Amino acid sequence: MTQYRVLPGPEHFLPPAAASMGIYLPNPGEAHINGVIVPEEKAYEEAARQFLMAQVPTIFPGPLVLWAWNEKAAKKAAAVRSLYETLKECVQPGQKPMLIPMPDYRPKYPKINPEVEINPNHPNLTIWHNKIDCCMFIGVHCHQANLSLKIIRGGTSCYTVAMCAQAGHEDAMLSFRDASVEKILKLGEWIRKLKGTVKPRLASAKTSASN
Amino acid sequence: MSKERIKISPDLYDIMPSDYQDLVQSATYGKEDRGWKDIGTSKELIEQHSLCAGCPESMAFRYILASLPNPEDTVMVGSTGCTSLVFPMVAVHNIHSLFGNQNAIASGLKRALSVRFPDRVKDVVVLAGDGATVDIGLDMTLQAWFRQEKFTTICFDNELYANTGGQESGLMQKGFVAKMAPVGKLFDKVRLPEIARESGCHYVVNCTVSKPSLVEKVIRNSVLIAREIGPTYIQLYTPCILEIGKNSMEGLQEMRDSEKPTERFAYKEYVSEPAKQFLAELAAKDKERKAAAKQLAGKA
Repeated sequence: MTQYRVLPGPEHFLPPAAASMGIYLPNPGEAHINGVIVPEEKAYEEAARQFLMAQVPTIFPGPLVLWAWNEKAAKKAAAVRSLYETLKECVQPGQKPMLIPMPDYRPKYPKINPEVEINPNHPNLTIWHNKIDCCMFIGVHCHQANLSLKIIRGGTSCYTVAMCAQAGHEDAMLSFRDASVEKILKLGEWIRKLKGTVKPRLASAKTSASN
Repeated sequence: MSKERIKISPDLYDIMPSDYQDLVQSATYGKEDRGWKDIGTSKELIEQHSLCAGCPESMAFRYILASLPNPEDTVMVGSTGCTSLVFPMVAVHNIHSLFGNQNAIASGLKRALSVRFPDRVKDVVVLAGDGATVDIGLDMTLQAWFRQEKFTTICFDNELYANTGGQESGLMQKGFVAKMAPVGKLFDKVRLPEIARESGCHYVVNCTVSKPSLVEKVIRNSVLIAREIGPTYIQLYTPCILEIGKNSMEGLQEMRDSEKPTERFAYKEYVSEPAKQFLAELAAKDKERKAAAKQLAGKA
């Protein structure tokens, strides 16, 4: 069994693909946390905990939900919006949840405005600019998500969650698979459930600074 | 038709950057008579680009993108060169090919699209520089024409390799001295429009981009003929103002000077017999449609 763990970076300039380090994808009903396969229920709890702990928890909806390709996509978009609203309700003062779109994959370097969008070819610009310390990808085509997650792991300390509609992402620190409206809403329920029980990193950062 | 497929999910509309909202609201996808006159009144399919100030290539890009008859169902194939700096900013599907491979890529793409979308019209347009079209990619360019592949090839002819510092290209004029070609070109400019005609292209035009209405007509004709009959080739003079020692505002005059009757970019057009017939039918249908619309407007 591999000793490699998918952890927040910065790992180094070109981090290895987690798959090449022996990390494999979860089966249906499972998820992975840091590359370790876990029951899906545990992953909901951990993802909710990470969101509530983060200073700037952010959802990055991709083209598969931003554009109303079909009814299902529009419903997922509504669920993403609901998750974001839940997050806003549940965080504590000082935390700043964000919802930043990835409208397409064109490499728009260097004209991207990191305040309003993220681009998979240089996601770090948006992460750094907004000081995002926990993010979730949803509705991003797998090949672009893999590229982006690896860049984020390589160059930032941001905790990455992937809500993947296919088989999941090894390169995220936490990955669900078979994403659906129900799963997105269930994550919202877990955030609500853990509201007030998780100490935001903001507060602990102040404590460690004072030490 | 196209706007129905390009919709932002209502729940996330407000977070979309304004470029995308504008594309959905006022771009001319699906507009039957789209053309260069839409520029300024509707969202263009090209965002900010990184070409040099005053570059005629940027004018060409704007006119071409405004004139494509079916942008939502068009895939453009580009190649290495200044054009590849623009494609990331273009709101039309596009593929960047290996230097010179563009016509081979487009051949496969066109065939695959016909299989994948048998009930939908899908246009393929190659847009590459003279190095990719005439030097490095000449084999692929010609073979696509020999095989009668149904797509348009557009060559942005700036008569040298511009973004690598000004090396000699096959389309450079004889005697021209460039920064990286100090001896001067020893041979004549390759007569690709004539080669295109002999290789089976049904519509061939050699011109500059100084007149937007002309560019519009040429692009529209070339795409429609390629769709129905066979390969078409358009060679557009888009001078590199930096490499020929001009200022930003002098690109347009350079094109005007080069399109005079005795000059190398005097307007030349070749239309094959089947293409002529097709264009005549198209014009008749267009006339009929406009008359019907006029009549309808009169009644209203």
